[in-house]
Amino acid sequence: MLDLIIPSMMTMMTAATPLIFAATGELVCEKSGVLNLGVEGMMLVGAVFGFIGATVTGDAYVGFLIGGFSGIMASLIFAVLTLLLVSNQVATGLALTIFGTGLSALVGADYVGETIDRIRPLYVPNAADGPNVIQLFLGHDPVVYLGVLVLLACAGFLSRSRWGMILRAVGDSDVSAHAIGYPVIRIRFAAVAFGGLMAGLGGAYLSLAYTPLWAENMSAGRGWIALALVVFASWRPIRVLFGAVLFGGITIVQLNAQAIGLGIPGAVMSMLPYLATIVVLVLISSNATRIRLNAPACLAQPFRPER
Amino acid sequence: MPDSPLLQLKGIDKSFPGCRANEGIDLDIQAGEIHALLGENGAGKSTLVKIIYGVLRPDHGDLWWQGKPLRVASPAAARRVGIGMVFQHFSLFDAMTVLENIALALPAQDIGALRDNIDATAASYGLALDLDRDVYELSMGERQRIEIVRSLLQNPQLLILDEPTSVLTPQETDMLFTTLRALADEGRAVLYISHKLEEVRRLCDRATILRDGRRVADCIPAEETAQSLAEKMIGRRIEQPIGKAPRQPGQPGLRVLELRTGSDTPHGISLSDMSFTINEGEILGIAGIAGNGQTELMSALTGETGPPSSGSIEIMGAPANQLGPIARRKLGAAFVPEERVGHAAVGDMTLVENSFLTTLDDPAFCKHGVIKWPAVRAFSDQITHDFDVRTTGVDALASSLSGGNLQKFIVGREMLQSPGVLVVSQPTWGVDAGAAADIHRAIRSLAEAGSAILIISQDLDEILALCDRVAVISQGTLSRVQPIHDVTPEQIGLLMGIRHDSIANEASRATT
Repeated sequence: MLDLIIPSMMTMMTAATPLIFAATGELVCEKSGVLNLGVEGMMLVGAVFGFIGATVTGDAYVGFLIGGFSGIMASLIFAVLTLLLVSNQVATGLALTIFGTGLSALVGADYVGETIDRIRPLYVPNAADGPNVIQLFLGHDPVVYLGVLVLLACAGFLSRSRWGMILRAVGDSDVSAHAIGYPVIRIRFAAVAFGGLMAGLGGAYLSLAYTPLWAENMSAGRGWIALALVVFASWRPIRVLFGAVLFGGITIVQLNAQAIGLGIPGAVMSMLPYLATIVVLVLISSNATRIRLNAPACLAQPFRPER
Repeated sequence: MPDSPLLQLKGIDKSFPGCRANEGIDLDIQAGEIHALLGENGAGKSTLVKIIYGVLRPDHGDLWWQGKPLRVASPAAARRVGIGMVFQHFSLFDAMTVLENIALALPAQDIGALRDNIDATAASYGLALDLDRDVYELSMGERQRIEIVRSLLQNPQLLILDEPTSVLTPQETDMLFTTLRALADEGRAVLYISHKLEEVRRLCDRATILRDGRRVADCIPAEETAQSLAEKMIGRRIEQPIGKAPRQPGQPGLRVLELRTGSDTPHGISLSDMSFTINEGEILGIAGIAGNGQTELMSALTGETGPPSSGSIEIMGAPANQLGPIARRKLGAAFVPEERVGHAAVGDMTLVENSFLTTLDDPAFCKHGVIKWPAVRAFSDQITHDFDVRTTGVDALASSLSGGNLQKFIVGREMLQSPGVLVVSQPTWGVDAGAAADIHRAIRSLAEAGSAILIISQDLDEILALCDRVAVISQGTLSRVQPIHDVTPEQIGLLMGIRHDSIANEASRATT
């Protein structure tokens, strides 16, 4: 029994990690009042440049950092358009996703089928002994731990720190924050860039650890799930963690169920995570006061400081 | 240079697309004085103080601080110099606590120490605050208290207050004035914007009057009358308000019997045993400090929050408990909520569209689901004309109007529909003296034409000037309704602090 459960739980965390990264970044970004729908695109950009970086340098961790950096670059395009030129955030975010999908397919074309030395777990038990419980705690790769740590750090940052408070204030009322004298645009730039970094890292994790290869459109909608997770979590970081693990779990259950060969068509099983997203969103949205307390009031509102 | 003023403005110009808000304004403020800045809505007062506070940059002109040229690039820079400000449109964050809102405007410091500091300041100026509540649950008056405490904590050399007393009781106003006087005696300066000219006469040492973006006069308020000040502001004579003519009350227009409601927010006020009747041709005033159930009463009357837990509401003789806002309007009721943008008007819609929003069932404006825009436009034109709404035109967005002008528009929209019952919350908040007199006159003539009118206001002078009968709301309960001639402002002030329901009465009987 353990032989089955432990590997499933392991892969659940692995499946959750890209979501944790992307959703945490998007949460911080949305808390500052910016809705960046380009998460999917930024993840793909991170995935492809991360993979290329790892191939070129031969070091998966260097590739991981390059993936994060490319995510920042992609998000800065969005930031300049929406924050400086005050373009519509929804339209610009969708465009960023389309751009990221296309760009990653283009630059990744030569790397399809390449193999790399993937990011490895910290501790692998002796194959003869089979899985053991220690593995559950120590057997992940470092990025899994990093993801959880960053998420917890963001939770502390938002609720405890002064700059976290300022960030929330900017998202709650940009006009008031400007009147008091905070640099609204600069704070939002930083938040968008952080969102890009995290989406890029999440994407790079996909191509460097989750499935260590590059395939076109390999994020397969995870960027969108990350966006939904933020709403699912009603903008609370800790709930993002639960949500990500839950969605990771559904992904794994779905894979295992297909492997066991239940009489359900594979396509239906593959729909599960997305279906779950929709159901959860409907349930969450029915509680208006909860949304009201946590949702940034200025989300996706254009802001032009009067001068 | 001991003679140089604390703050001196020289030739300030500021233009916005379509209007010249400030034109060559000179102003000097001495240390230790309370200086009034007067003018009608749209005269350029808010623009000028925003320039002083660094929110806006002047197109031309210089600022001098203690004899040295001053550049205020941002509000943070202004605060560093020693300029504090209480905004008219609050600069608060709804989803955050009172404590966080205050901390945001101050330099980083220990939260525990800040808490003590706020409590001490709030107590010494009599401004009670519950630091852990979220701002979105608070009334306008409570929000203003946050703003005042927040700026006092910054220990400013110059404190700018934009209409601070519009939501305070007479006692609270007196306390604030004592505070401001004490600040001035410490050598600080206060720049005070208000439409309440009697207060300005009582409080301020000097006054600068603006009209259409220009400085038109300087005076010493104590040597003027409220009438002469108002005329300097407007540049013409004001008609005296019509005296109260005794009226024959008609049938009950609005009747509320033993109304009780639950509260839908965690810290909201629930209404308990409220009863009153307003006859046609009568004006009832409900006085009280902000946050004592006015918002809840207003939503119970409009029907926004659904049927009350118990009790009954009758509009023009018809039971209205189960009816929503549109059905109540069809019975002949009209409402002017306190919150202008978001509740009374849609900021992103034009005035024409806004004027259609509460008239959509009128066949003159909409037939078979097709909107008759020319008729709606004519109606909007009539509102802006009759109520002297200063705007670039009826196609302007509601959010582009100043608070007072939008208020005139909303009041006008409801009053021109000749409702049988009119419920108005804060009819003249942020409206200048001349326009307030116009609104008051319109309310009176509507009552004379036979409407039953309820005024919920924190401005006691307004209630005394306008209403036939008065009651005081406190902690969700309503005092006995009394004829206005039988009570003094002091008595009303005392009623503002106690509960008025049966529980409280029994409790007081038990103790005595």
